[in-house]
Amino acid sequence: MSKFTHETIETNAGWLIVATMFAISIGGLVEIVPLFTISDTVEKNENLNGIRPYTPLEQMGRDIYIREGCYTCHSQMIRPFRDEQLRYGNYSLAAESQYDHPFQWGSKRTGPDLARVGNKYSNAWHVQHLIAPRSVVPESVMPNYAWLMQPLNASDIGDRMSALRTTGVPYSLSQTELEANTKRWGAEVASRLHIPSAQEALLAQAQQVNYDGDNTSVSEMDAMVAYLQVLGTMVDFSKIKPEELVKFR
Amino acid sequence: MSATAQEYDYDIVKKFTIMAIVWAVVGMFVGVYIASELAWPFLNFDLPYLTFGRFRPVHTGAVIFGFGGSALFATSYYVVQRTCQTRLWGGGLVPFTFWGWQAIIVMAALSYVTGYSQGKEYAEMEWPIDLFIVVVWVAYLAIYFGTLMQRKQPHIYVANWFYVSFILATAILHTFNNVAVPVGLFTLKSYSIYSGTQDAMMQWWYGHNAVGFFLTAAFLGMMYYFVPKHAGRPVYSYRLSIVHFWALSFMYMWVGTHHLHWTALPDWASTLGATFSIMLLLPSWGGMINGIMTLSGAWDKLRTDPVMRFMIVALSFYGMSTFEGPMMSLKDVNALSHYTDWTVGHVHSGALGWVAMISFGSIYHMLPRLWNTTLYSEKLVNIHFWLATIGVLLYITAMWISGISQGLMWRAFDDFGNLQYSFVESVAAMHPFYAMRAIGGLFFLVGMCVMAYNAYQTIRQGQRQAITAQAAAQTA
Repeated sequence: MSKFTHETIETNAGWLIVATMFAISIGGLVEIVPLFTISDTVEKNENLNGIRPYTPLEQMGRDIYIREGCYTCHSQMIRPFRDEQLRYGNYSLAAESQYDHPFQWGSKRTGPDLARVGNKYSNAWHVQHLIAPRSVVPESVMPNYAWLMQPLNASDIGDRMSALRTTGVPYSLSQTELEANTKRWGAEVASRLHIPSAQEALLAQAQQVNYDGDNTSVSEMDAMVAYLQVLGTMVDFSKIKPEELVKFR
Repeated sequence: MSATAQEYDYDIVKKFTIMAIVWAVVGMFVGVYIASELAWPFLNFDLPYLTFGRFRPVHTGAVIFGFGGSALFATSYYVVQRTCQTRLWGGGLVPFTFWGWQAIIVMAALSYVTGYSQGKEYAEMEWPIDLFIVVVWVAYLAIYFGTLMQRKQPHIYVANWFYVSFILATAILHTFNNVAVPVGLFTLKSYSIYSGTQDAMMQWWYGHNAVGFFLTAAFLGMMYYFVPKHAGRPVYSYRLSIVHFWALSFMYMWVGTHHLHWTALPDWASTLGATFSIMLLLPSWGGMINGIMTLSGAWDKLRTDPVMRFMIVALSFYGMSTFEGPMMSLKDVNALSHYTDWTVGHVHSGALGWVAMISFGSIYHMLPRLWNTTLYSEKLVNIHFWLATIGVLLYITAMWISGISQGLMWRAFDDFGNLQYSFVESVAAMHPFYAMRAIGGLFFLVGMCVMAYNAYQTIRQGQRQAITAQAAAQTA
């Protein structure tokens, strides 16, 4: 048998493919696999127990957020800098997006970061701003999203939650799972994360808060504002500082 | 003993070449349109289909996968046949890759404007399209491998290594990043199987290697064939090309995490990404030098041959953006540049300056050979060259200014330690640069239309000459 040299690779298509596969596999393996195996990658602490999956209405809002491509202009990832802390709030934790399929950290801030936009503006402001951004922020370059006032089609919300459950989001299907969620987040939250009663929960939340000011029907606007208003609000940072939680930053 | 032109499958190369030009015009038009929306938001016209958020993936899909992808299919099928001196292997699989790929681009664009997106950049295609991509890609790999196997040369030419590495890497990246759970069998909607930090890692491992392999390695394959061929000189250094290939293939896969500096991704991962990004400068510049030095002894071609000029300017932009990239991957620079237009400018100096220009050069080289004629007009190639160059320069200059301004305005404090600017003040300040960027893009688009016209006339001229020759042969 002749010696294995670079010439072997140059003259054998099989070797070329094997050697190339080897070269391009290492980087990904080294960087990706540990993120699934090192448990501290996502912070754990009793003060983070408030982080929960989105309610049916919020999840529908999130799906609209993705449908409209909001991530092409808005990030959801606050970095640990003084200016970002002042402008947006405490820097984002990995735990805060642990139920986000897909993540929406974004890569561009044509508009501001939205990771902690929840509870910063009133529902009425959001509705007006989404319908006609320049009526409240004259310099804005955001498109008008007037069509969000159309009725929300949430007929498949159960299927959506089931699919998310398959990916690992703890939406409950059985009584046992419902009880586990009740223990974790209390009865009210747990009932909203229960797939069999998702339609009722969605309707109840929309009726109760009435995000878009029109209680005759549930609109996409209700869902969108419900999602925006929950962003970044699940951790109480008066009880704990992010620095006390993170190990790898 | 080389196979004659009649024995090569040029039909598939012609088809992909034409579609590369078509998608370039379409994709760049959409690019100019969405750039204009940011400068003049009334252009969204309150229509869901036209809004920036839905239209932006149409732009990226049409230029990366439509234009870039078709140019790669065209050139790789051309190069593999000519360097292996054999006809494409695969029979019916070959036209299948053409129709399949075009269908994918069209379906993707339609799904975005109607509101279906996976919500991950450059991977917005929903699951049925993703599955179809896998099928077409496996066919592509089979054709490429099959053709290499029946080569009449003992050595596999270096351009083919780069194409092989691009095909393999794209297969891996696409497969792992797009694993998702569909909401139902009869809906396009799905959810990524990964969440949060892991999803971010997977996405930017994919995202940056879409740049590294789809938009770099493959176009280097193009460079390694068309630059020496057009210059009529051998590659400057064969040894350098070996080092270039292995270092590039190995290192690119590590650098995606530089898109996630200062985020909730663990520091060790983003530090690794930055480290490899810096090291990547070496093979990148090695490749650039190898390409440019191939012209040594024939520098006069730069003055006389606009096609050559496209290739060499492309390599210069490659060198420029592969210097800028490692610089932006430094954490301190990234703290300023991330989330700003600087990133957008950087991408376009690579995508317009390098990817598009090396493709233009290669297509101008192929057109007369495919249709057995001469280029309709060298003068128009020259006009295209200058329109494209001015366009890129306007574009990236506008984005440097706006990106660095944004970064500085966001972190500016007044004397009392408060933020000096509200966010929207930074938006307002960007207006002139967004307008300038749109104009730069328009220059590039007009140049592209000039190319389309020139290509159309060249093809017609080739067809006319073929008919005349046929008639002459019959009467003789």
